Amino acid sequence: MLWKEVKLLFRKEVILEWRQRNALNGIILYVVSAVFVCYLSFNLQRGSLNVVTWNALFWIIMLFVAINAIAKSFMQERYGRQIYYYTISSPQGIILSKILYNVLLMLLLAFTCLIVYAVVLGNPVQDWSLFVLNLLLASIGFSTTLTMVSGIASRTSNSSTLMAILGFPVIIPMLLMVIRVSKNAIDGLDLSVSYDDLLVLAAINLIVGTVSYILFPYLWRS
Amino acid sequence: MNSLLKKSWWKVLAVVLMVYTITAGLLFDVPRLAILNETIRVLYFHVPMWFGMLILLTVSVVYSIKYLGNPSQKFDNYALEFANAGVIFGVLGLLSGALWANYTWGSPWSSDPKQNAAAIAMLIYFAYLILRNSLEDEQQRAKIGAIYNIFAYATLIPLLFILPRLTDSLHPGNGGNPGFNAYDLDSKLRLVFYPAVLGWTLIGVWLTSQRIRIRAINQKLDERSEEEYIPTGSRHAAADEQSAYSRPVK
Repeated sequence: MLWKEVKLLFRKEVILEWRQRNALNGIILYVVSAVFVCYLSFNLQRGSLNVVTWNALFWIIMLFVAINAIAKSFMQERYGRQIYYYTISSPQGIILSKILYNVLLMLLLAFTCLIVYAVVLGNPVQDWSLFVLNLLLASIGFSTTLTMVSGIASRTSNSSTLMAILGFPVIIPMLLMVIRVSKNAIDGLDLSVSYDDLLVLAAINLIVGTVSYILFPYLWRS
Repeated sequence: MNSLLKKSWWKVLAVVLMVYTITAGLLFDVPRLAILNETIRVLYFHVPMWFGMLILLTVSVVYSIKYLGNPSQKFDNYALEFANAGVIFGVLGLLSGALWANYTWGSPWSSDPKQNAAAIAMLIYFAYLILRNSLEDEQQRAKIGAIYNIFAYATLIPLLFILPRLTDSLHPGNGGNPGFNAYDLDSKLRLVFYPAVLGWTLIGVWLTSQRIRIRAINQKLDERSEEEYIPTGSRHAAADEQSAYSRPVK
């Protein structure tokens, strides 16, 4: 029952996004320009960025992209339409479908970002499978956390500032683990070194997901 | 809890413990140690701030959960004021820690995991206070505040496990530094430390209970003035009036 609802709502999100592609195109252009601005500010020859900086810069760009992309998941919809959803579906269905949709969106953006970033700033990554696995976990984590934060922020008047200040401290634990695993992947360390960190990352995702699932009905009702 | 707050024995206890902490903390013998020297006395004033902060913030989250189960204004007042007191303790802890670190570690900020965790906790709770102030409607403010409070607390817990894995702490008792047990051969430090923790926490609870009462009185006064000045029948004007009155009372 819930699964069917989630599937329907998810399809609705994708179709809506596809019909008005300007938002999607906008955020993709945002990724490309952000990478390019960073590249030009460092004023570097290709590949001469130090590995630690490469890693940190990549994840900071990802963080800002995530905040901007996910911020609109609740703010975009008009009040009347939200009330309509409220009458026809369960809050659990809504939050799960939004999270699922945001994971898809984040994956698209993450890979776009990675490709552009690697092309202009060089590519020091040695262990690609670990890096991609990490990117996958990060996308899931960022979308889960920020979907909930976006739901909270959308209730306020200055929602774009609040999205950032509510989101940053909450996402720090995840970001720290992601940066650590990503550094291991760049250095090509053995998988056993990052095994623990990956587990912690998955655990954080699970905690945040569960808490969102429990708390969202209260947010939705208000 | 309410009946406990109205009793006075714990306030007397708090005062006695504070007097003891300050006199004994400054006058008693402490172990003579290189680098630390007399600064070891910071144990009685800085470390209890963290205990107090964690206890007060945890109580705040408990009241937020209670609020979601049973939306009454009282629980929201409790959650807000305990968070406020926790923030005060956190800021005092950061300041006293930075002052101490300046003389023992050589710089006020050394990217120590505990310092970072405290700073992140402060970021979360400042965001919580700003979130509350940017919501106009009183019930929405309480509800959404409670939701963020619980959500943020749930993500803060893994942080406390993660940060120490990333870098070693410089704090005594971490990362190969000798702790409390090694310094304190005759348990002299403990004799003051444990009462200090209890005393500071009680002071925090006392402060919070005063603030809760002031808030409750102000809310009562607001309600009364609304009843007196607004003629019944014009519900619309009453709603406007209410949002004007419901500005946070500081």
